[in-house]
Amino acid sequence: MSLDAATIRRVANLARLRVEDDEVPRLQAELNGILGWIEQLQAVDTTGVEAMSGGGDAILPLRPDVVTDGGQAEAVLANAPDRAGVFFAVPKVVE
Amino acid sequence: MTYVLDGATGPWEVVIGLEVHAQVTSESKLFSGAATAFGAEPNSQVSFVDAGFPGMLPVINAECVAQAVRTGAGLKAEINLWSRFDRKNYFYADLPQGYQISQFEFPIVGKGVLEIELADGTRKDIGITRLHLEQDAGKSLHDQHATKSYIDLNRSGVALMEIVSEPDMRSPEEAGAYLTKLRQILRYLGTCDGNMEQGSLRADVNVSVRKSGEEFRTRCEVKNVNSIRYVMQAVEAEAKRQIEVWEAGEKVTQETRLFDTTRGMTRSMRSKEDAHDYRYFPDPDLPPLVLDEGWVEELRAALPELPDARRARYVQDFGLSPYDAHVLVLEKETAAFYEEVAQGRDPKQAANWVMGDFFAALNRTGKAITESPVSAKNLGALLDLIADSTLSGKLAKEVFEAMVETGETPGAIVEARGLRQVTDTGAIEAAVDAMLAANADKVAQYHAGKATLFGFFVGQTMKSMQGRGNPALVNDVLKRKLGA
Amino acid sequence: MEATHFSLAGALSALEEGLISAVELTEAHLKAIEAVNPQINAFITVTAEAALAAARAADDRRAQGEAGPLNGIPLAIKDLFCTQGVRTTAGSRILGDFVPPYESTVTKNLLRDGAVFLGKANLDEFAMGSSNETSAFGGVQNPWRRRDNQGVALVPGGSSGGSAAAVAARLALGATATDTGGSIRQPAAFCGIVGIKPTYGRCSRWGIVAFASSLDQAGPIARTVEDSAILLRSMAGHDPKDSTSAEREVPDFAAACHRSVKGLRIGVPAEYRLDAMPAEIQALWDQGIAWLKAEGARIVPISLPHTKYALPTYYIVAPAEASSNLARYDGVRFGMRVPGEDLKDLYERTRAAGFGAEVKRRIMIGTYVLSAGYYDAYYVKAQQVRALIRRDFETAFADCDAILTPSTPSAAFASGDKQDDPIAMYLNDVFTVTANLSGLPAMSIPAGLDAQGLPLGLQVIGRGFDEETVFTVGAAIERAAGFSALPQVMA
Ligand SMILES: [Mg+2]
Ligand SMILES: [Zn+2]
Repeated sequence: MSLDAATIRRVANLARLRVEDDEVPRLQAELNGILGWIEQLQAVDTTGVEAMSGGGDAILPLRPDVVTDGGQAEAVLANAPDRAGVFFAVPKVVE
Repeated sequence: MTYVLDGATGPWEVVIGLEVHAQVTSESKLFSGAATAFGAEPNSQVSFVDAGFPGMLPVINAECVAQAVRTGAGLKAEINLWSRFDRKNYFYADLPQGYQISQFEFPIVGKGVLEIELADGTRKDIGITRLHLEQDAGKSLHDQHATKSYIDLNRSGVALMEIVSEPDMRSPEEAGAYLTKLRQILRYLGTCDGNMEQGSLRADVNVSVRKSGEEFRTRCEVKNVNSIRYVMQAVEAEAKRQIEVWEAGEKVTQETRLFDTTRGMTRSMRSKEDAHDYRYFPDPDLPPLVLDEGWVEELRAALPELPDARRARYVQDFGLSPYDAHVLVLEKETAAFYEEVAQGRDPKQAANWVMGDFFAALNRTGKAITESPVSAKNLGALLDLIADSTLSGKLAKEVFEAMVETGETPGAIVEARGLRQVTDTGAIEAAVDAMLAANADKVAQYHAGKATLFGFFVGQTMKSMQGRGNPALVNDVLKRKLGA
Repeated sequence: MEATHFSLAGALSALEEGLISAVELTEAHLKAIEAVNPQINAFITVTAEAALAAARAADDRRAQGEAGPLNGIPLAIKDLFCTQGVRTTAGSRILGDFVPPYESTVTKNLLRDGAVFLGKANLDEFAMGSSNETSAFGGVQNPWRRRDNQGVALVPGGSSGGSAAAVAARLALGATATDTGGSIRQPAAFCGIVGIKPTYGRCSRWGIVAFASSLDQAGPIARTVEDSAILLRSMAGHDPKDSTSAEREVPDFAAACHRSVKGLRIGVPAEYRLDAMPAEIQALWDQGIAWLKAEGARIVPISLPHTKYALPTYYIVAPAEASSNLARYDGVRFGMRVPGEDLKDLYERTRAAGFGAEVKRRIMIGTYVLSAGYYDAYYVKAQQVRALIRRDFETAFADCDAILTPSTPSAAFASGDKQDDPIAMYLNDVFTVTANLSGLPAMSIPAGLDAQGLPLGLQVIGRGFDEETVFTVGAAIERAAGFSALPQVMA
């Protein structure tokens, strides 16, 4: 599987990374190099092997339904690059 | 009756499936300890988990899991003892983590069924495909500033149950009935307050049209419709639009649309134009959710009686008409009120009072049953006063009106206003004698054969007693005195 | 003796005996940082005033008999751990001037036990790297130099390169670090010190900037095995705020350092004998085997057949998780923002300017392997191979109690050497990454020098939650090796 320039742009769009036109060939070469190397996995017979998900054997711990957090709007907003009073602000979104 | 829409090329059938997002009733959020209460100051119910801060991790709320299990049980659905959370990746201003934690491949609840009833009495089973738990997003306000959108994350991370139906509905009425019934069940279960104005219940409506006998055609999803009436309108508007598209020789393209309630039309969502690829994968921060079978059975055993069962019981045990039973179980609160009134009393008489004078009083005062000035206990006490002949039916109505006005007990009103019915035969005889003496001419006419005057004598006697005479006794005494 | 040359355990005794105060110890390290850090760039942020205040408080506590197990010990904190009120960068521009309003669980545990934080240690951006050259705050220099060319700057390894360099150069008695594919053990090996990645779930991930959630584990870097045992005991423990944190008692790891390896079965995996492996590495490994045998351990040949697939597996799983974990850096709630025509443009410009090349590369790979049509072929396949790698270890551990391997396929290399070849860079982690994929504890111990006088490490891998055996074996190697060489750049 080799990535063409259009795929590079599609993936960059999904990842919300701005890619200039002159960056595409370099990215394409690098990613194809890495993906080509990864390709060796296809040689492993994984028939009937259950895929791992997560890093351990744990099952999900449940917490009680109690309010223990919140009430800290100022701390939540303090690092915002742009805010309007008690809101975060972003360029207007048209739905 | 099959619902069809007539186009230029003939009749079209409508195919509808609903994805309902129901906010789980819980104190705190699905994966954080922030509160869920409606209407709080912007960003005041936000933990750093909800705001997607670096290094923050989700921990699941046991009650939200329990609520999903209860709802699944109430929908007669399979409960999956092993389920998993996945990430749905996309960028949006009110999605702080850049992904929604949801359940994609392995939902907590599988297939179930919901029976709906239509106006003409027909019943129909609508399949439930699945129910899964997921996080709500925050709220974007687009109308506060000329060039900016404002973000409030109070809703971010609130638990939602997404309840997906099969494409089993065929008319706006069926869609409306489905949503009505679903809301009713959620409220009975106490798993969602069903408040559509506040957004606790929202429907994504999947609509397609087809000619009779065809396979499904392309569907469109009308997002976030927030009332049952709008769902029905949106179905019709979107179906008509699609018919026009097909009949113009074009193709309906699968897309997400919005229902414009003022124009009664659906329109394409610009922000969702971007081709989506959600890149679902298991959330590595959350091990699988494994439920203990015994715990699930405990929750199932503790489920409240649901509306269908309750209605059947009212018909069978209380002898109510199916219609009356239906009306009384519509709202959980009404049914509870009714049952308290009916407890140990004549259930039919209780139903008549609740559905008659009581509903009329609520209507007139514009009050909800939970804020009614007449409590179920007091209405029951009123029925007791009728049963022990303290009050006649007519007096009872008078007492009831006083109860609506003052909120006092019927006993207190009867005492204070001296409304106790007169059952003392001596007093009634005296009143009858006085009345007959004052109407000697009418008595003569009566004896001459004008029998219809009997009613006049009853009325005059009651009037002289300020309506308090026991009607049966007044009748008896009159008959005896008139030698009838 | 210079105050900065104490071992951590030695410093604790000196503090207890009143030979030195926490303030003196901290001052000595701050002075060392001032002198040496401009050259090696191990710290991004130095919090001198806060450190001195913490040291004074530690001295007060000791005077009142309330000294915790790390009371007054000056540490470097990898700048991936969120520290309340102290700027946290993850080695990236994109976090801007982010000041966390919370303290990570691991650093909170260290503070509870009385530690003094000197500042935030440099690292590869978002912990993605094996050379510490991807930091937005400049590379870190290894304090060691080649015997025959002292002028060439070497990398300290990565991603915890700042932590390792700081500890090696005597700028801190120990450091926190994280390990996703080898990021504790590889820099520890390159810098001639000790580093352990504990079992997945042993240390809470809460408050650590996430790279790849199913692989990330925090652990200590220190100059001796016992020092790392003392640090890990404080760092570890169950945390209800992390759903993957293990509900397990934390043993006395330091006690395990004094046990004998006699009777232990040490597995030696055939598949770790790489064709192109330098003879020095092979010789060191053989030496390690001989040391343990001499101490009474039994050497068992084992097979880990899927070893060669570990790196490609890692380079699917880790970027996939990272692509999602790093979506939150969008210029809306914290960190830097580059204005745009609309929200999407703002996202794209912010992320393009905020992330460095390696991070972008991994986000792209991760996004691609999760995308429609490729998910099964890449992500699911990798998670299946991962299950096989884990199964290999389970099988092997039926026959042995710990596994001995080299830590890295080479000693520290020169800055810039592998920057243009991502795959050559990735191969640094060939021996370490299997422990991350299978969640097992693994430690690197300095065991010798190569021909250029650069340190080389041996790795001990243990069963899940059996760090104690890892410490026992690690301490035995440490004693046998008697590693006493010192780096050229040092306070
Ligand atoms: Mg939907
Ligand atoms: Zn949903």
